Amino acid sequence: MSTTAIAIEQEHHHHSRPRGWQRWLFSTNHKDIGTMYLVFAFTMLFMGGASAMVVRAELFMPGLQLVDPDLYNNLITNHALIMIFGAVMPAAAGMANWMIPLMIGAPDMALPRMNNLSFWLLPAAALLMILSFVVPFFPGGGSQINTGWTLYPPLSLQVGMSMDFLIFSLHLLGVSSVLASINIIVTLLNMRAPGMTMMKLPIFCWAWLVTAFLLILVIPVLAGGITMLLFDRHFGTSFFTAAGGGDPVLFQHLFWFFGHPEVYILLLPAFGILAHVIPTFARKPLFGYRVIVGAMLGIAAIGMLVWAHHQYTIGMSLAAVTFFMIGTILISIPVGLIVFSYIATMWRGSMTFETPMLFAVGILIMFTFGGLSGIMLAVVPADMQYHDSMFVVAHFHYVLLPGALFGLYAGVFYWLPKWTGHMYDERLGKLFFWVNVIGFNVTFFPQHFLGLAGMPRRIADYNAMFAEFNMVSSIGAFVFGVSHLLLLYIVISTVRGGVRADDKAWEGARGLEWQLSSPPPFHSWSKAPEVA
Amino acid sequence: MSHAQDGYFIPEPSHWPLIATTAVFTMLVGTALGINQVPAGFYFLAAGLLLFAVLLFGWFGDVARESLAGYYNARVDRSFRQGMFWFIASEVFFFLAFFGSLYYLRNISLDWLGGAGYLGLTRELLYPDFEGQWPTAGPQQVGGPFTPMAAMGIPAINTLILLTSGATVTWAHWGLKLDRRPHLIAGLVATIALGLLFVVLQAWEYREAYQHLNLTLHAGVYGSTFYILTGFHGFHVTMGAIMLLAILARSLRGHFTPKNHFAFEAVAWYWHFVDVVWLGLFVFVYWL
Amino acid sequence: MRISKSRGVALATSSLLFACEAHADLGINLPSPASAGARQIYDIHMLTLGIATVLMIVVLAAVVYSVLTFRKDRGYVADQHFHTSTFGTWSWLAVPVLVLGVDLAIAGSAKKVLASLWNVPDQEMMDVKITGHQWWWEFDYLDEGIKVESRFTPQEQAGELYLREVDNRLVLPTDTPIRFLHTSADVLHAFWVPELGFKKDAIPGYVTETWTTIDKEGVFRGQCAELCGTWHARMPLVVEAVSPERFDAWITERKAQLAVLAAQDGADREWARDELVARGRTEYTTYCAACHQPGGEGMPPAFPALKGSAVVKGPFEEHLKRVVNGVPGTAMQSFAHLSDAQIASIITYERAVFNELDETIQPAMVRAAR
Ligand code: HEA
Ligand code: HEA
Ligand code: CUA
Ligand SMILES: [Cu+2]
Repeated sequence: MSTTAIAIEQEHHHHSRPRGWQRWLFSTNHKDIGTMYLVFAFTMLFMGGASAMVVRAELFMPGLQLVDPDLYNNLITNHALIMIFGAVMPAAAGMANWMIPLMIGAPDMALPRMNNLSFWLLPAAALLMILSFVVPFFPGGGSQINTGWTLYPPLSLQVGMSMDFLIFSLHLLGVSSVLASINIIVTLLNMRAPGMTMMKLPIFCWAWLVTAFLLILVIPVLAGGITMLLFDRHFGTSFFTAAGGGDPVLFQHLFWFFGHPEVYILLLPAFGILAHVIPTFARKPLFGYRVIVGAMLGIAAIGMLVWAHHQYTIGMSLAAVTFFMIGTILISIPVGLIVFSYIATMWRGSMTFETPMLFAVGILIMFTFGGLSGIMLAVVPADMQYHDSMFVVAHFHYVLLPGALFGLYAGVFYWLPKWTGHMYDERLGKLFFWVNVIGFNVTFFPQHFLGLAGMPRRIADYNAMFAEFNMVSSIGAFVFGVSHLLLLYIVISTVRGGVRADDKAWEGARGLEWQLSSPPPFHSWSKAPEVA
Repeated sequence: MSHAQDGYFIPEPSHWPLIATTAVFTMLVGTALGINQVPAGFYFLAAGLLLFAVLLFGWFGDVARESLAGYYNARVDRSFRQGMFWFIASEVFFFLAFFGSLYYLRNISLDWLGGAGYLGLTRELLYPDFEGQWPTAGPQQVGGPFTPMAAMGIPAINTLILLTSGATVTWAHWGLKLDRRPHLIAGLVATIALGLLFVVLQAWEYREAYQHLNLTLHAGVYGSTFYILTGFHGFHVTMGAIMLLAILARSLRGHFTPKNHFAFEAVAWYWHFVDVVWLGLFVFVYWL
Repeated sequence: MRISKSRGVALATSSLLFACEAHADLGINLPSPASAGARQIYDIHMLTLGIATVLMIVVLAAVVYSVLTFRKDRGYVADQHFHTSTFGTWSWLAVPVLVLGVDLAIAGSAKKVLASLWNVPDQEMMDVKITGHQWWWEFDYLDEGIKVESRFTPQEQAGELYLREVDNRLVLPTDTPIRFLHTSADVLHAFWVPELGFKKDAIPGYVTETWTTIDKEGVFRGQCAELCGTWHARMPLVVEAVSPERFDAWITERKAQLAVLAAQDGADREWARDELVARGRTEYTTYCAACHQPGGEGMPPAFPALKGSAVVKGPFEEHLKRVVNGVPGTAMQSFAHLSDAQIASIITYERAVFNELDETIQPAMVRAAR
């Protein structure tokens, strides 16, 4: 008896790693939680992608073949929200959890138990979102969410009870993001190893610091906005109805005050990853560290002031549109600086092109393309034409996928050896890159033409004049979609086994994370490292 | 207990986060069903709330135990402080959303409805005889005519109450620093009493508004902004009072030392924050 | 597929300069403008497009060059001090200056366009109030006191032009300054006819304004651009620009038609059953068939069937209520704006044809009950 007692004591004192399902459900370990984030994000990517596949299949030909218009818009709403809140943000948060403590020489995140909470809120939120999608198909479930992810009233006031599930889902996602951001900020400010000054902080950490600030500032505003929506729907208030002195446009301001910073929230972590990938494979130090840090702060600052460029057509005064236009265009300066610094990092380097680097190079080109179409959209008179057309859809997929998703892919390939201790199959990796990138461009490039030719977004049925490009786009989308099955295979097989990876998996890699074993010990830095 | 890297405390695996999500999820599903007149909703909500209460005791119980066991070194303490700070920062922006909306509705869109400003021709075409004066229930007087809430009266009294409570909590803090427990207890009790008094008066004010002023949630934008701002503030006061109660309980058990009492300070900060928000409310909702 | 081939070519060539003037009518660029304002917008679109293309080429060139040159497998040794070289230390100043220059160039010309377009000049203008409804457009020629209801024409009749054709077009005179007053009866909609160059949201309870002076005759097609629910895709906008003379002619003709209709709809007279059913057929196809289908079988669950529907079979008052008030929270909106005769004929039609009820709902009954 006493022996067991002692055994338990030991268990307790030396904190041998927990086993079985408890290890995951109750985890307070940044790596395990990071892994759960990544698995969750990957699942969501497939869900959001599957809905995108249905959308593209419906748009394959003119006419309504697969889904009725309400289901179509229900699908794009879910597609957008799942991709943004379910796939990209959690994936970035997962990498933050995994890498930040390794990079700054911390034993773990600053608030491990809260860390676990911010993850476990996500599945609950996802469940609510799935409910919001399926509830209308049950008797008495009300009408479907046919508003798009922007949830503009008055349309969102007409929707049945599923809208309430969605609103609550967004509340939960918000809470989760805010808690995660608090944790990340505190970790970065308080958990750095001795000698790791702010200006030695790896760019990925800086990117996340800025992102976390943005999240803490804008998520609560979204929460406020959708709360007012809830009140208008059920408690007789009239924030968004003119009869009572309200204004539907007020919601748009609240949404985009969150929504525009949100796009940089998606962008920055991915760009942070590039700042590690490119120097590694160019075998030379990052160009313009301070400039990049400054640029990221600049993006955040300007990004908070330009939200109304999504609302040029609502009837704003000349002064207002001019302000928002100039502000928006000026963002090209910090972003341009970052793009420039990355190219300059490749310049006079000694480059090899493993999969992460392939993605990095592809991103520089494709994101610039998307960013430049963004500048076109920023020009008010021209946006009178582009707004709410497929041109916008093309723009934001060109920034969202290269700017966020592909950056995360690069991160996955870059860090998989560190996470799993195995090398992935480089040949398959390269294959995935090419299929993926070609599929992507075939999907979204033609949508520019569709938009300019006059095809609005969010329509399930269109005139024959738009047929050809839609067909091309859909075919591209299926190729693009299937390529993800390859990604899935690569990841799983790398987790399962493969060539052992060294602690320093890449020849040119720099940074503390590469001093730890691959995979790292359960407790990352039980002894604080020396920072040169 | 693990004392990873020079004693920075990493808690054991914990089931509370999972219970927390379950509780919140159940509550939200309950609410969603409830506000759509699905009877089952109520039971979900009740169950969720119950679980949530259990959770609060459990989780903060653990925290208290760990704190007493002395696991929290100076660095952990710093993490807690910074964490609380950023949490309050996010709360500030939550309220800014409502204050911002009040500004927009009152000074921008109302002008348009009233025939001034960039969209001024709205009135000419749609509401030829709408004055567009704040306070308003909108061009169609939804909810019928109402009387706005006067600033001098309960609101003014409530302002005094909250300000005093801010002072008493600080006074309690002195007591704690000087390690005079009766002084600390007295301060806390006073603060909680004032907080509760505030909530009661607020409730009374709402009753007045509904019964005599016809100032309801339905009373157009004035009613909407009035109740969303005061309502969410009242909610935060209630939360704050509950947290203070917990702190009182712990003080009675002598959990806090002049050096180590982060929990107390966190709640005190929160209370001051609620205080400041009220000042904003008093000026922009009641007074101007 | 002839078109598609030429488009294929266009796509290929334009992939360099990703769209250009020549392709305007191949459906890969904005259509050729029909007003001075639209032309200005078209030009600034081409300007920014050009600038963007140049910048794209610059970035592309830099990336491709370095990818081809600075390779390990070509034995290139990394320059470890590049970032601390003079270039490394000062470029951060040069880049913003250059970018700022381009930015200001773009913003500057945009501001010029805005200055001449954005605000409606206060001069004599023809006022057209454009109201969005779920899911049709209402055009009020305020000066003439004429109302036009414009709905998409179903596939059978529209054919090639399906979703780009309507029953009643927005007829407008050329060479006349026109002010559009946009508003909505229910949710957000947006007025978008690319040839006119602008897009404007229709916001319920508010009025936004735009203006134009069309300078070439023709038929210009667009559609509702703001998601407005189920049939967002079925709100085409067709502008027919005609000479001022033809426009005046159209006005007078239109007024005459309305007078006739008004006389017909006199709710006072007794209508024959066949007359109501016949009228009902046309009205039903216009207002109801889109959702409830020509045969009344609907598209459950979204759009309930009228054939065998309890409501349609039930008492006439209930049936009427549904039509007049709509069903909040569903796609069924209120049809209160229809005349007694229209409603009576629709109801009679639905009851008689779909459910073989042998009864006649007179306009008078509707007027009494609504
Ligand atoms: C990761 C996401 C992301 C990113 C990074 C961006 C970046 C930008 N976006 Fe985009 N945007 C979205 C996601 C994103 N956007 C989404 C999701 C929507 C649609 C939402 C919806 O309606 O559903 C949208 C919509 C959107 C609109 C509204 C369109 C409309 O609805 O009418 C506008 C208008 O101004 C805009 C502009 C911009 C600009 C100017 C940038 C800039 O940040 C781009 C800056 C980058 C560059 C300019 C390229 C690199 C710079 C150089 C090579 C230097 C030289 C450049 C110059 C001199 C110009 N975006
Ligand atoms: C990060 C965000 C993100 C991401 C990654 C994507 C990814 C994709 N998006 Fe989406 N999208 C948005 C954000 C995003 N999107 C937003 C914000 C909107 C606006 C919504 C609105 O208007 O409200 C939008 C809207 C939108 C539209 C416009 C709908 C409309 O306006 O009518 C379209 C249409 O083509 C589209 C397509 C796609 C496609 C094909 C992908 C592909 O990248 C998806 C590919 C991924 C997979 C497919 C992975 C899963 C793989 C499988 C499921 C295996 C099975 C595969 C097959 C069966 C082929 N998206
Ligand atoms: Cu009307 Cu879209
Ligand atoms: Cu934006």
